[in-house]
Amino acid sequence: MTEVASPQELSKEDLLDAYRTMRTIREFEERLHTEFATGEIPGFVHLYAGEEAIATGVISHLGADDYVASTHRGHGHAIAKGCDVKGMMKEIYGKAEGLCHGKGGSMHIADLDKGMLGANGIVGGGPPLVCGAGLSAKVRGTNQVAVSFTGDGGSNQGTTLESMNLASVWNLPVVFVIENNGYAEATSTNFSVKGIDIAKRADGFGIPGVTVDGHDFFAVHEAAGEAIRRAREGGGPSLIECKVNRYFGHFEGDAQTYRAENEVENLRCEKDCLDNFRRRVASAGLIDEGELDRIDEEVKQLINEAVEEAKAAPDPKADDLLTDVYVSY
Amino acid sequence: MARRITFMQAINEALAQEMERDETVVVFGEDNAGGAGAPGEDDAWGGVMGVTKGLYGKYPGRVLDTPISESAFVGAAAGAAASGLRPVAELMFVDFFGVCMDQIYNQAAKFRYMFGGKAVTPMVIRTMFGAGIRAAAQHSQSLYPIFTHIPGLKVVVPSNPYDAKGLMIASIRDDDPVIFFENKVLYSVEGDVPEESYEIPLGEAEYVREGDDVTIVAIGRMVSMAEQAADALEDEGVECEIVDPRTTSPLDEEAIYESVENTGRLVVVDESNPRCSLASDIAALVAQNCFDHLKAAPRMVTAPHTPPPFSPALEDLYVPDPERVAAAVRETLGTSDRARA
Repeated sequence: MTEVASPQELSKEDLLDAYRTMRTIREFEERLHTEFATGEIPGFVHLYAGEEAIATGVISHLGADDYVASTHRGHGHAIAKGCDVKGMMKEIYGKAEGLCHGKGGSMHIADLDKGMLGANGIVGGGPPLVCGAGLSAKVRGTNQVAVSFTGDGGSNQGTTLESMNLASVWNLPVVFVIENNGYAEATSTNFSVKGIDIAKRADGFGIPGVTVDGHDFFAVHEAAGEAIRRAREGGGPSLIECKVNRYFGHFEGDAQTYRAENEVENLRCEKDCLDNFRRRVASAGLIDEGELDRIDEEVKQLINEAVEEAKAAPDPKADDLLTDVYVSY
Repeated sequence: MARRITFMQAINEALAQEMERDETVVVFGEDNAGGAGAPGEDDAWGGVMGVTKGLYGKYPGRVLDTPISESAFVGAAAGAAASGLRPVAELMFVDFFGVCMDQIYNQAAKFRYMFGGKAVTPMVIRTMFGAGIRAAAQHSQSLYPIFTHIPGLKVVVPSNPYDAKGLMIASIRDDDPVIFFENKVLYSVEGDVPEESYEIPLGEAEYVREGDDVTIVAIGRMVSMAEQAADALEDEGVECEIVDPRTTSPLDEEAIYESVENTGRLVVVDESNPRCSLASDIAALVAQNCFDHLKAAPRMVTAPHTPPPFSPALEDLYVPDPERVAAAVRETLGTSDRARA
């Protein structure tokens, strides 16, 4: 794990933005957990609650024209990358005004105008895509950076390993973030990666790799800052493994019988990234907790509106079934 | 100004002209320069068959060798296409699609639909196919039907150098992902090709030959088999019309129906395996849409339902030949031995 990074290195504005992003993700996911249980949300949702510090800590270094490729568990990355929260909620409800007009759903939320190359229904689907986005930046001579988020499950996919090699060979402005939340679906990393730090795999590709505490926004922020700066300056790709936990199941409806008794309750008490953030900035005297409470209220209101508007929004029309397969055909 | 060049040179020229015209066109694949990191020439190969030879010298930052990692670099083509480039990635043999199909059909093909029409994915995957060079079961298949099946992909199968150039230029300029099938036996075939740049629209069939008795729809290299069969049949007084779809997705259905409505007879010549093939697809479309015009059952001439064999003695039996095409035509006319029996 890296040295504990300090909140003092961020401006108050940046700290407030980071908190708002993390709180928005948490509220979005907690609310989806509740709403999914009513049966109104079609399909699968995979919730990111517990992992907010990673998406926020990494993406806070990215500009609007940098690229992100995500996973099944993609709501957090999309929110952090600036996707419209109400459009996302409508998408998850399968509505015509959703971010992808109801054709993608939770697993394919994307907004290319925001540099969000999509959540991805295929484990390990993202890393090859960011190699392409990184190549694009390099060929076009921009200083854009592309970041893929992949789980511990995806870290075992050939695509991820091939992409780390390709990015190293082509010296691409890419960062591979592994969100190791301990479970690939129901299978523990104790079984599937045999207890090693996934970050050590970076050595095999000749790129830097670090492991950080994924519950700690400041640790993630610091490690990501270094990797993204290196990428932007032509120093090539990096791997960051964030050790973290998820609060909900693989997908909603997962009874999580593979987890220890009280595992999640203990994590929420001891490791919560939002509590950790609050404690750190308050004890450092950087932000009054009342300001954070106000953000909590504003976010709650936003997510309330997002859910109400999504429920009331119109479904796609029958004609929409056939559109947008091709640009021209 | 047209001059005679090979199918391979036509594709190379199309790539060069598009790279010259548009700085976002990049070319990459295994050995596409050839020799990266090695002590000798940087552009030793230009692809395993030499199709991209010479491009590295002209556009060094835009012709890249890759590790043998099709998942990574085909996926990179999809990511690059979604972020401002027009990549042309080479999948050396289409038989290798098994190690990168996810990047093609779950990623590139679906971006536009899944993302609600916001994405454009202007990429081309060039790939070799077809039997005839004793390359055996994992380097000889004709797998364009598999890609034709996937919504979101366009599939191009040129039959001659002129079409190869015009279709490649159109494919690079197209905003949808295109799988461009190059029959390896055609690489050395010469034809008249204009020096200047030109596009052949995707989805427009070519009437290679006009005739009133039988329609032969032939794909890729099979067009030349059909032409040879038609020459032989002409001596028997049979006038064949040959339709080359040029692209299997989009498929120019109207051109096929128009011909069959005139001739009343259909033979489809397809180098792929018979089940769920272009032959079965086109035969089914014609049966459904031209039934009242048909004077005989459509006939399909395909490879057998086997992997491509290695032995020359067997491979020569595997690929449809002019004799089999002619025999199928005679069956539709009721003039074959079997039909007479």
